Amino acid sequence: MAEVKLQNVNKTFGQQSAVVDLSMTIPDGSFVVLLGPTGAGKTTTLRLISGLERPENGDISIAGRSVLDITPAERDIAMVFQQYSLYPHMTVRDNLAFPLRSMLHKTPEPEITRKVSEVAEVLRISHKLDNKATALSGGEMQRVSIGRALVRNPSIYLMDEPLSSLDAKLRADLRVELKSIQANLGATFLYVTHDQIEAMTMATHIGVLDHGQLVQFGSPREIYENPVSLYVASRLGIPRLNVLPADIFGGAPKGAKSIGLRPENIVQNGGKSASVTRVERLGDQTRLHLKLDGHDIITLTDVHTRLGPGDPISIQPHNPLYFDAAGARIA
Amino acid sequence: MSSYSITEPSARQKWFAGTLVILYALITITPLLWIIATGFKSSADSISYPPKVFFQPKLEGYVNLFTTRTRATTEQLATLPPPKTWYEQVARDNAMVISGPSRYGERFLNSVIIGFGSTFLSIVLGTLAAYAFSRFKVPLKDDLLFFILSTRMMPPIAVAIPIFLMFRALGLSDTHLGMILLYTAVNISLAVWLIHGFMDEIPREYEEAALIDGYTRFQAFYKVVLPQAATGIASTAIFCLIFAWNEYAFAVLLTSGTAQTAPPFIPTIIGVGGKDWPAVAAGATLFLLPVMVFTILLRKHLLRGITFGAVRK
Repeated sequence: MAEVKLQNVNKTFGQQSAVVDLSMTIPDGSFVVLLGPTGAGKTTTLRLISGLERPENGDISIAGRSVLDITPAERDIAMVFQQYSLYPHMTVRDNLAFPLRSMLHKTPEPEITRKVSEVAEVLRISHKLDNKATALSGGEMQRVSIGRALVRNPSIYLMDEPLSSLDAKLRADLRVELKSIQANLGATFLYVTHDQIEAMTMATHIGVLDHGQLVQFGSPREIYENPVSLYVASRLGIPRLNVLPADIFGGAPKGAKSIGLRPENIVQNGGKSASVTRVERLGDQTRLHLKLDGHDIITLTDVHTRLGPGDPISIQPHNPLYFDAAGARIA
Repeated sequence: MSSYSITEPSARQKWFAGTLVILYALITITPLLWIIATGFKSSADSISYPPKVFFQPKLEGYVNLFTTRTRATTEQLATLPPPKTWYEQVARDNAMVISGPSRYGERFLNSVIIGFGSTFLSIVLGTLAAYAFSRFKVPLKDDLLFFILSTRMMPPIAVAIPIFLMFRALGLSDTHLGMILLYTAVNISLAVWLIHGFMDEIPREYEEAALIDGYTRFQAFYKVVLPQAATGIASTAIFCLIFAWNEYAFAVLLTSGTAQTAPPFIPTIIGVGGKDWPAVAAGATLFLLPVMVFTILLRKHLLRGITFGAVRK
């Protein structure tokens, strides 16, 4: 458990810059989620911290000590890869025990047995311990891969979309499990995901990356309610943020190019008239697809709404976000 | 109701494929079986015409292979004390007296030392080089790999004379070390290329995971990469051994005594006391065994697919 600090870190692959002047502090005991589309530099950031890549310049420190010149093993980190790389020639048990058996983490055998069965219990793979790693399903492999990180007690856990290939129920269970492990241990996590629910529920901080640059870093609530740009605003939101010309409702601040409306920020009485094009009933929520002056909008409505396609409706914004031509937030 | 699958071949197709395979196997194995059979024939049976498929098995060939003998007349034989051993008896049945052991045993041992020695060396060096080529940024990597391969672009015997002179100057002629080095030099390009291909198929994530799990690069290589490359290394070892084991031209040229291997020795049997085909065949049969045993031992590694599917692609 330690604070991890990146200062002005740059990394390029050939002509491609993967991380640009990245500075970020991952506070001790925090759960930091990195958000960004493919190629934004999330995985590279993890690999830089783990020592699998070396930055061109800048500094990375763990617990106040620069780690640029020490090996991945000596950095005392655990990492879950996106491609869950279990050692195929070993059993699940040996895969889980592998980190504990290294020279660096020399652990007595009874201790290994205890830890392995403890972690296997949490990840619900106890019954598979003696299977070959290759004889598992995708979800089981990913759980073993998470387990290989959890058997240790490193200064930071790096996880690259660890829950992405699990089915919905297991993902929900493990999400809660991982979060409670983190909270109980007071462990530091740096976690990459595309999943909004994971980001919002697990994170203490969210960092949003765009083309290798950190564009905003803050609490999930801050990122969601107070995004600095259109780019950040559209990272989160299910259904997605509606982006419309700024003056469509009138009253836009000077210089605004577009207005961003989250589905829940559209109020359904008074204002401009639109028409319903589609109604999606998801059970716990009902989504309305609207047409407003030729623009498509998605909003939420009463679960048992009687509205149907073609029905007229009038809407107006509530707490809208305004962005200038460059996408920066202006109000 | 019988199950039906479009990917599974039909019974007819299976029958046809099976017949083809058996036919091919028969064609390739017939000369081999003939050599094995000849080893157990008497001299007369071995050259009889039409050839004998069924015959009375004799151990004459094997006795002749391992011994040197002198011819004796019936009168001379009658004066001798009765034979003490079964092989003495076999020799006397053919009007011979055993005068000593032949050099086959030594030559065979030379083959074992040189064949396995050079295979071991080729594999160790080839694996390390292949790993470096596969994982590190080696300057001029592609050129180096091409250069290594280019050593195989001509028949090695084309450089026999320079090698002969070199060996003489270095005092390597007719030494085990010389032959091991020579066969290693020829095999190493094959080893580097084949193992390099296998290493490239092993995802880097395994080593990266091991590095993070607290292991050094060498430990990661040894504990994670090597077990997964075992299949490729084993099949490469078989190829290397087969080459070194069967090599004839250089063995004739560079060895004559101490380090002579079995291949140049076996034909010399022909000259000793007439054309002794059963002894030649016996020598060839025994010579086959080590490679066969080695291949059978490593056979399970030749089956690909043990590491299949552990990394999501």
